[in-house]
Parts: sequence; C-alpha cells; structure tokens
Amino acid sequence: MTNTLVAVAARAATVPTEVPLPAVGVQRAAWLLLVFPLAGAAVLLLGGRRTNKWGHVVGVAMPLAAFVYGVIAFVAMLGYPADQRSRELTLYTWIHVARFNVPVGLRLDQLSICFVLLITGVGSLIHIFAVGYMSHDPERRRFFGYMNLFVASMLLLVLADNYLALYVGWEGVGLTSYLLIGFWQYKPAAAVAAKKAFVVNRVGDLGMSIAIMLMFATFGSVTFSGVFGQVGHASQGVTTALGLLLLLGACGKSAQVPLQSWLLDAMEGPTPVSALIHAATMVTAGVYLIVRSGPIFDLSPNARLLVTIVGAVTLLFGAIISSAKDDIKKALAGSTMSQIGYMILAAGLGPNGYAFAIALLLAHGFFKAGLFLGAGSIKHEMNDEVDMRRFGGLRSVMPVTFVTFGVCYLAIIGVPPFSGFFAKDTVIDAAFDKGGASGWILGIAALIGAGITAFYMTRVMFMTFAGERRWDPDVHPHEVPPVMTSPMVLLAIGALGFGAFEIVGDRLVDFLGPVTGATPAEPGLFTTAGIVALILIAAGIALAWAMYGRRPVPAVAPHASPLTVAARKELYGNTVNESLLMRPGQWLTRLSVYFDNRGVDGLVNTVAATVGGTSGRARRAQTGFVRSYALSMFVGAVLLVGALLLVRI
Amino acid sequence: MSPGHYVALAVILFVIGAVGVLVRRNALVIFMCIELMLNAVNLAFVGFARMHGQVDGQVAAFFVMVVAAAEVVVGLAILMAIFRARRSASVDDANLLKY
Repeated sequence: MTNTLVAVAARAATVPTEVPLPAVGVQRAAWLLLVFPLAGAAVLLLGGRRTNKWGHVVGVAMPLAAFVYGVIAFVAMLGYPADQRSRELTLYTWIHVARFNVPVGLRLDQLSICFVLLITGVGSLIHIFAVGYMSHDPERRRFFGYMNLFVASMLLLVLADNYLALYVGWEGVGLTSYLLIGFWQYKPAAAVAAKKAFVVNRVGDLGMSIAIMLMFATFGSVTFSGVFGQVGHASQGVTTALGLLLLLGACGKSAQVPLQSWLLDAMEGPTPVSALIHAATMVTAGVYLIVRSGPIFDLSPNARLLVTIVGAVTLLFGAIISSAKDDIKKALAGSTMSQIGYMILAAGLGPNGYAFAIALLLAHGFFKAGLFLGAGSIKHEMNDEVDMRRFGGLRSVMPVTFVTFGVCYLAIIGVPPFSGFFAKDTVIDAAFDKGGASGWILGIAALIGAGITAFYMTRVMFMTFAGERRWDPDVHPHEVPPVMTSPMVLLAIGALGFGAFEIVGDRLVDFLGPVTGATPAEPGLFTTAGIVALILIAAGIALAWAMYGRRPVPAVAPHASPLTVAARKELYGNTVNESLLMRPGQWLTRLSVYFDNRGVDGLVNTVAATVGGTSGRARRAQTGFVRSYALSMFVGAVLLVGALLLVRI
Repeated sequence: MSPGHYVALAVILFVIGAVGVLVRRNALVIFMCIELMLNAVNLAFVGFARMHGQVDGQVAAFFVMVVAAAEVVVGLAILMAIFRARRSASVDDANLLKY
C-alpha cells in the first residue's frame, strides 16, 4: 500500500506541472491568428464570382497577415523569462453543463508558436506559389478559399488549450483536405482519392474522440492543464489506453502504418495542396498531438514503445515505396511518410526525443515544401506530366527550379551542412541513446532509412534533371515566372540554413525545454552513428547513380525484382485494406440486405399474402342475391333456436 | 280449441311465408310472404297471451303491426325506385351490390 502511494507520488512528480499564465500585451490579440484566414475563407467562399478578380490577393494576404502577427507574438514571447512563456487566453465558454465545462481558449507557448510560424510562414509561401500555379484555373478563387480554411483549421488545432477545441481543428483539417484533394472533382481519381483520405482519417478520428471521452470520464476535464495535472494519479491502464487512442488518431492524420494508404492517392489534388498537406499542415498534426500529449505518454512506456515501432516501420515503409515510384509526386509523398516516421519515432522516445521531433518537423517543413513546389513547377511546364520516365535533362531549361530542388534534395538526404543532416542525425542518435535491444533496432532502422532516402531522392534527381530529354514531342518547358520561383528560393534558403540554426547550440532544444520536459543530453555532431549515416547516404547516392545516372532511363518501367513490384504497388497496403476490411464489409452488407429482403420482408409479405388470399376467397360469399342472404339468415336462426333447445333440454 | 291448434296454425303460416321468401323471385310476393310470417308470429303472440291470461303478448302484436306497416312503406318505396330504374321487380336482377 505504502509502496503504491510512493510510486504514484513519484510518477506524479515527473510530470511537468507548469501552469500557463494569462496572456498580456500583444499576445491578448492571439485570436487574430484564427480570424485572418477565417475571414479570407469567408470572403472568398461567400463572396462568390464577384471576388474572382481579386480573390487570390485576399487569399495570400490573410495567411501573410497571420504570419506577421505570429512573428510579433513570437518576439513578445522571447521577451519573457523561459519559465513564463506559456500563456493562455480564454476566449469564451463554449459548453457549460453541470460538471462538463469547456472554455475555448488559446495557448501560446513555445511549442504552439513553432507550429504557428511554420504553418503561416511556409503556408504563405505556398499560397504565393499557388497564385502562379493556379492562374489558368477558372476556380482559383474557390481554391484559395479552401486553402485559407485549411490554414485556419490547422491554427486552431495547434493553438487550442483543450482537446475538444483541438478536435474541432482536427476535423476542420480533415474536411478541408477532402475539399482540396478532390478540388478537381470532375476527375474520378481525384474524387475517389478525396473520399479515401476522408474515410481513412475517420478511423483515426475515432481514436481521438474516444480518447477525449475517456479523458472526461477519468479526469472530468478536457483542458490540457486539467488533464496533465491529474494524469499522474490515473491508473497505468488508463494512461496506456489514452496513449494508444491518441496514437491511432496521430496515425490517421500523419499517414502512419497502418493508416498510410490515403497519402499517395492524395497526390490527385493540385500540387500546392500537396505541399501544404505535407510540409506545413495536416501530416504534422499527429506529431504535434503526441508531443503535446507528452505528459500522458511519459507515464506509459508501453504506449511509447508502440509509437516508436509505428515510426520505425513507417519510415522504412515510406522509403521503400518511394524507391520504386515513377510518379514524381508519389515518390515525394512516400518520402513524407518516411520523414514523418522519423518524427513519430523521435516523439515516441519521450522527453529525450520531443524537441528533436519538432526540430526535424520544422526543417522538413522547409525542404519538403521546396521539393513539392519544385515538382509543381515541373508538372506545370510539362503539361501535367508526372511520370519521371518522361522527364530528363531539365537541368538546363529550368535552372532556378533545379538549384532550389537540388538544395532541398541535399537537405532531405542529410548532407552536411544542410538542415536534414542536423535534424535527422539527432533523431538517429536519440534512437541509439534509448539503449537496450529496442534502441539498437530503432537506431538501425533509422540508419537504413537514411540510406534508402539518399537512394530514392538521388533517383528522383537523376531521372528529372539529368540524362537525355525523354519529353513528349509537344512539351516545351521553360522556367516558371517569378511568383512561383521566389517562394522556392526562400524555402531553399530555409532548407540550407535552418537545421544548423535550430540544432547547433541547442537553440530549439533549450527553447522548447519548458514544454517538452527534461532537456536531453546535448547531441554531438559527427557521432559514430552520424558517420555511419553519412557512409550509408554515400552508398545510396552511388547506387542511384549506378542505376539511373550512368545508364539511360528506359521510358517504360522494366520488369523488376519482387520487392520493386511490391513497392510499386505501395507494399500491398491497398490490397490488405481491401481484403481485410472492404470485402468483409461488402459481404456483411450483402448478407444484411439478403436477410432484410428474404427474412424480415419475407415474413411480413407472407402474412400479408395469406390474409389477402383468404379474404379474396371469402368475399365470393357476397353474391348480391337477396335470397341467398335470406337463406343463410334462416339457417342461422334455425341453428340458433336448435342450439337453445338443445341446451335447455 | 286448445292453444296447441293456434300454435300449429302459426307454425304452418310461418313456414309457408318462409318458403315463399326463399323460393319466389318477385319482390312484391316476397313482401307478402314476409307479412304472412309477421302475422303468424302475431297469431302466436295473441294465442299465448290468451292462454296465460296476460295482455303482454297482445301489446307485442300491436308493436309488430306498427313496425310492419312502417317496413312496408319503406320497402315499397325502394321497390318502386328499383322498378323504375330497371323495369323489373325480380330480386335476382338487383344483384349489383356484391363482391
């Protein structure tokens, strides 16, 4: 008994019990962050066709305004001492019924401001790019309306100070991703992809909503401070259940195995949407959720272990898929899956990994947005062709795209001094630091992933920019206009320097420390694992050069090994879903329909037919002849009298 | 004359009337047969009243007569209407109200 109490007290003591202070000064206007993009969406979507001419200006101005405010709030935050930077702003009471009290508030702390700057900053650059990319689309105004709504939902997700408001943003992101993936809904593939993304996300949302219900049932509160303050007193079962349910939610939004299948199909949307989903919003939501719910995961080693396993499996899964895809956007999508796997893996390491997960997430935001915008400008110039076997030799015709794409390429594979080197190596180091067999397995998986990343990204580079020109005869690519190149240049600068900025000197780790708990040990650069990673990266580049740089690329995908075939089919993720979920579901519905038609309807119809048939025969007695009626009356009367006589005697 | 004779006569008259109702087609004849049955009953009422020395049966006979008179009025009116419409007094021809 005493031991248990001590254990509970000890566990409670490990939870960071930082209570946010009320927001003051310029931070009291934090609601502006939500209002700007929401107003943009309202004007563009409610304004109708009359806003067609200037709609894109509003669509770009609103995220930019939110970014400017985000920078101001960030500067104000830096003015406070490190332990007073977490600020809360209560907006209004949403629900107040008996014990159920949900005040809607915003929490501006070190974690959420990172996301605010990423979402609005990178988001604004993507909006600017989209002005050029969508310039020929008659529905550009509607597109910007949805994009603004997307940004607003994501900002609500990261700014909410309770799980219910977070869930509203969570669902808003799901809705707007559906609208944007299916933006060209007249294409059946786009419509199906949008539906698929929505349905797969619903599975994760189910975990989220049950987790919120469990929080309310256990703690009587859904606010972050309420839940984290009491989670130390909850039983091991409850914390593990909460951890697993939140992980399910994170898997859905962040496209982690086993809910990864929607991400590659989501490439049917316009390319700026892919950039926004993959770099700034949506898929980062799962990482945010796990890092934000750190106090829950800290108490459940089992849930954390599963998080790391999901991350490690996904980072290999995505990398393998990416290595065989000929569609440039799908190759990049697989790489997102893989990079998010690194982040989830880092987040699963607990306080030792949270800051590194966020560091990789921010660095990834720059180089992945740069890669997608580059892919978008190539697709734009190649008449919407995405097959890399029809590219080749674009280096000289699109020099700006080539350089920016190349910088982002060096960043993602982790070549020093680009940002991926710093951000990814710290994750690999942290995985090895976990210790024990699991630490070794996770670390080796992360190392192998780094090697495969180098292979598939080099493959993309060679197939797209080098070699002979395998274009269709009617394609005449040129460099895209400045409105599209300037965001790419800015993102490439971020991809070049941001990783060193945030990792060297532990800037981000120290900044996030009060939120993510214990500050991890300072990672050394060029550790053993880091050097092994560099060797593997060099091997990956060499292999890709041997296969795609030295030899000409065939215009049709050649026959290949079973692993390549499997990777081309996305490692049979869709087949598994179809055979395990879709077909049994169809059988179930068909069985129910059969039972309804034959069983329930059969019984009712039999009764009705019996009554109908009997009465049909019985009504023949009504002949219309008065004398036959009279006869039956007489017979009846005689029988009655006879019966009376019989009874009396 | 014993009461048995009255009852026997009443039964004979009633049976004649009943058979007439069942076998004849002409509506007028059927009416007359019904009158015959009613009066057979009246005869039985009066006979029994006399036998028991009470007036209840005789009162009942009057009631029957009154009702029979009303019935004949209504019935003949219906018969007239049917005859005008169909040129026939046969009850077998008026068989439209059926299944």
